[in-house]
Amino acid sequence: MAMTVESRSEPRGQRLVIRGLSYALLLAGAFIMIVPFVWMASTAFKVPGDAFSYPPTWIPRPPSLDSFRDVFTQIEFGRYIFNSLFVAICVTAGEVLTSALAAYAFARLRFPGREPLFLLYLATLMIPGQVTLIPNFVLMRYFDWINTYQGLIIPTAFTALGTFLLRQYFLTIPRELEEAARIDGASYFKVWWQIIMPLATPALATLAVFSFMGSWNSFLWSSVMSSGDTVRTLTVALRALVTEYGTEWGLLMAGSLVATIPMLIVFLAAQKYFVRGIATTGMTGR
Amino acid sequence: MAHPIATESAAPRPVVRPKPRLNLRSREAIAAYLFLLPNIIGFLIFTVLAVVASAAISLTNWDLLSAAQFVGLENYRYLLFDDPLFRTVMWNTFYFTVVGVPASIVLALGLALALNTGIRGLPWFRAAYFLPVITATVVVALIWRWFYNPDFGVLNYVLFQLGVDTPPNWLASQTWAMPAVIIVAVWKQLGYNMVIFLAGLQAIPQTLYEAAAIDGASRWQRFIHITLPLLTPTTFFILVISVIGSLQTFDAVLILTDGGPANATRTIVYHIWQQAFVFLEMGYAAAVSWILFFFIFLFTLLQWWLQKRWVHYEA
Repeated sequence: MAMTVESRSEPRGQRLVIRGLSYALLLAGAFIMIVPFVWMASTAFKVPGDAFSYPPTWIPRPPSLDSFRDVFTQIEFGRYIFNSLFVAICVTAGEVLTSALAAYAFARLRFPGREPLFLLYLATLMIPGQVTLIPNFVLMRYFDWINTYQGLIIPTAFTALGTFLLRQYFLTIPRELEEAARIDGASYFKVWWQIIMPLATPALATLAVFSFMGSWNSFLWSSVMSSGDTVRTLTVALRALVTEYGTEWGLLMAGSLVATIPMLIVFLAAQKYFVRGIATTGMTGR
Repeated sequence: MAHPIATESAAPRPVVRPKPRLNLRSREAIAAYLFLLPNIIGFLIFTVLAVVASAAISLTNWDLLSAAQFVGLENYRYLLFDDPLFRTVMWNTFYFTVVGVPASIVLALGLALALNTGIRGLPWFRAAYFLPVITATVVVALIWRWFYNPDFGVLNYVLFQLGVDTPPNWLASQTWAMPAVIIVAVWKQLGYNMVIFLAGLQAIPQTLYEAAAIDGASRWQRFIHITLPLLTPTTFFILVISVIGSLQTFDAVLILTDGGPANATRTIVYHIWQQAFVFLEMGYAAAVSWILFFFIFLFTLLQWWLQKRWVHYEA
């Protein structure tokens, strides 16, 4: 553990006080982080009418799955889960693959125009998505891709950020292995697939979890692209629920809970990649 | 977003290579273009072309249904000099950022310091603080909307029990709606900033603390003279990305308040979204998005500039 250095002159009492205050602060914070989720789960498992009891109760009595049943029968939540999952998987696969290919070219190969092209990629990193939102929507409308999977997936699956991050990582991989393979006559593609990609697994996994989270949680693009019901994703469906069932809190909380669980599973399975990604690059799934 | 260009010179020249023949060179170039192809098609269409198109659209008056009308810089002139609503939008975005970002930084730093005292259970705490980070903003906002509910929500019940006789009508109050949205944003972002701070703290060499302790520096002195200065790069990195993120707040506002009451929480991206996709004012909305870009650009430059200044701090 870092920073456990204690000065010898420092009284033991002071150390204990600091330790105690740290625990108190962290526990209070963790409590505040978790309570709203508990409130969500509590409401979701109540008999729908019980959400409106005063004073509010924490333990659903009797517990009930009615709200969950409603979420899947009154509303087509199964379809929205599938849509979100399908879109997130395609976006992740597309972003990781195309970024890894382009990153290899930028990191290793020499070709005319490399520097200006890379600068162009860098320059676009500071352009917020809202600037390209309108023209891309217009383009999708022109292609007649509104309310289609390709409309949801394709415009978000090619990112300069992913290319940039993977290129930085590829530059840290020693060249010797590739050189040997190249001399043995391996093609560039083979070198990329058999040497670079396996060595870059941590970076690829980090990009993949953030890409998945970004897509799973995304709202603005999905909402303008899925005005209809067929390809609507979970976040857009939840927003629609607010307008249609604004006061049926049991339903809304059950839907929220269902929408959170897949991301929670991904997080628990890949926690170290989340921490690494945030700690090293400030990567975000906003 | 992180550390561009600096590593550019790090790309070493190939070490062993037979005499460069033109044909090898061009083969390498062809391979490179093939590697680039899948990404670059999407990049050119959905980013480069879109940026140019967005600039062009911002010079028009266009409702998508009839032909676009070229109006020059009229949208920008109107926004900057004549549009009272846009002034509200700018004020709200400013309010949101200036209150939310410092609050988030101070709290996250405090938590990171507490986590860094060698306490047990770090993974558990981290997981708890991460829960809001990984949850969709739409979901987070929905939970809080219920939490804030003046009649059946938990928050006002607790406040009432604590002796607040008339707790605020949070999301429906013109005074309290913005603080309510800020609380949600800070709450969601806290664990994220905390993890970056923790990484920054752990990168500070232990030897400095040991030396200072031997010299008899108190804990407070060590914090002021070692931790804070060595943490400035981290702090400014968080500052810049938080400001950029705050300027782009949308999902939370849409779900919590729908920009209301009476435009009290209408932020810049909410304004873009509504003007473009509810009122079909494409030209006007595109112009607003460029004003947003301008501010983000300023902060990105600031970050690069600061990064250069602080290179000597890196251990």
